[in-house]
Amino acid sequence: MICTPTFGLMIRYLLKRLLSLCISLAVASLVIFTVIEIAPGDPASFMLGMNAQPETLAALRSELGLDVSKPARYLAWVGGLLQGDFGTSYTYRTPVSDMIAARLWVSMPLALYALGLSTLIAFPAGIYAAARRGKAGDVGVMGATQLGVAVPNFWFAMILVLIFAINLRWFAAGGFVGWEQGVLTGLHALTLPAIALALPQAAILARVMRSALLDVLGEDYMRTARAKGLTERQALWRHGLRNALIPVLTIIGLQFSFLLAGSIIIEQVFYLPGLGRLVFQSISARDLIVVESVVMLLVFSVILVNFLVDLAYAAVDPRLRARA
Amino acid sequence: MNRNLILGALLTSVFLLSALVSFVWTPFSHTAMDIPNKLQGVGGAHLLGTDHFGRDILSMIMVGARTSIAVALVAVGIGMGLGVPLGLWAAAKRGSLVDEIIMRGNDLVFAFPSLVIAILITAIFGASAINAIIAIGIFNIPVFARITRGAALSLWEREFILAARVAGKSAARISVEHILPNVTNLLIVQGTIQFSLGILAEAGLSYVGLGAQPPTPSWGRMLADAQTMVSIAPHMALVPGFAIILTVLGLNLMGDGLRDALDPRLRVTRK
Repeated sequence: MICTPTFGLMIRYLLKRLLSLCISLAVASLVIFTVIEIAPGDPASFMLGMNAQPETLAALRSELGLDVSKPARYLAWVGGLLQGDFGTSYTYRTPVSDMIAARLWVSMPLALYALGLSTLIAFPAGIYAAARRGKAGDVGVMGATQLGVAVPNFWFAMILVLIFAINLRWFAAGGFVGWEQGVLTGLHALTLPAIALALPQAAILARVMRSALLDVLGEDYMRTARAKGLTERQALWRHGLRNALIPVLTIIGLQFSFLLAGSIIIEQVFYLPGLGRLVFQSISARDLIVVESVVMLLVFSVILVNFLVDLAYAAVDPRLRARA
Repeated sequence: MNRNLILGALLTSVFLLSALVSFVWTPFSHTAMDIPNKLQGVGGAHLLGTDHFGRDILSMIMVGARTSIAVALVAVGIGMGLGVPLGLWAAAKRGSLVDEIIMRGNDLVFAFPSLVIAILITAIFGASAINAIIAIGIFNIPVFARITRGAALSLWEREFILAARVAGKSAARISVEHILPNVTNLLIVQGTIQFSLGILAEAGLSYVGLGAQPPTPSWGRMLADAQTMVSIAPHMALVPGFAIILTVLGLNLMGDGLRDALDPRLRVTRK
């Protein structure tokens, strides 16, 4: 089993994808490092103020690793990243990785929560629309998604606050108590932000789901399924859905990175202590090493998720392995 | 007739017209503060009410439309101006190293959401509407490169292109004279969609303070101002929100309608 040609092909595909993942990450890190290097100002003199002694300045510069050449600093930065060491914050003098880890515990669950909600809304909506294509139900769902795509998520978040927090008082208008109070309390606090993030994404996903299903419905094997006596609905559930999942999976993968970036904006509406607030505080404090690290983390997650989607794709559809 | 196209064109014209009219006339000055008349509701002397400084919201919406159009339009221009030539080039050299480099470069840029680009640029140069344009524009480049390449690839297999090659035309000439005119429809449709996405992105960036700065009026900034007022003056949030939704909806409907109108073949396959 393990030595079949297919398995060899799979390994080759995996290695090829892995290599391109490494190259992407290397180039992305180089781009981010170079862009941040363009920034005017010396972090050490910014930290110590205008009247700093030259000796203290030099000492701090060497402590921060600023006194070596740029290529050496880049290598040191990347080397640190590989070991989970993001450097030291210029303003707080604490490890950047600790600051990011604390914020990730808000942003990551929020993005996952939103992704779950979006899938939960989009799948039934897309399947329903495809099954009733051209009829009133389809037109209704498609009209709703057309509207959903046009709604800015941060505006929708404000409206949710107005209705469910201020008027109905079902939720707090903002802030986050932390997971120490229990998982349910935490999830409750993230519910409105997750809905706000999920809805526009669900609209896109429902449209993709519908059109993927409609594409599949025209295939020969669907005709065969109907010819062997399955009803339209049985054919859709048993054969159509599985094949339509492939493009849908890609979009879900893409959406995760958009949700992580989107949560940066939504966090502003709900005053959540996530990556977004960290990055905006760091921009105004000119704590560029934190900005650099958060950006690298976001870009890394996009590249990694796309890589995983590609792998999932190949696992589902052997034709893709062969083509690669 | 095509209902999407008509409704979309109608909404889009309202949006474009209000921006144009704002150059010569607005109901009130969009910057004039009138504290005694602050937080007026919808209806009355100020048709869409006033904000917490007593500024006329309708006038601010009209002037803000200019910012949205300028940012989104230039961003589409950047995306097309760089993306289309790259896509044509990649297709002309299909399968070569150039093609591979352009496509991998595309993938790389795709890994930087426009918000992330905006964060990077702002961290270095400070916030401004120009940053928003650059951030959204960069994000548009791979979008246009990819669809241009995709459409051009299938055109290169067609017989009229073969005829042009037999006639001795260079790949560059064929790309400009024969491929480009045949992908224009596709580019118009995609341009409309990216325009609407640009308006959403600009609003988001201005809302978090990475886009247009005071005194430049912007719908996103109006929403940021509205946030602390939302419980006492909901119209401050509702009016700019509806302006964004109607504009984006109009552009999307127009894009769908244009696609159907420009390419009758799609109408059949989409059903």
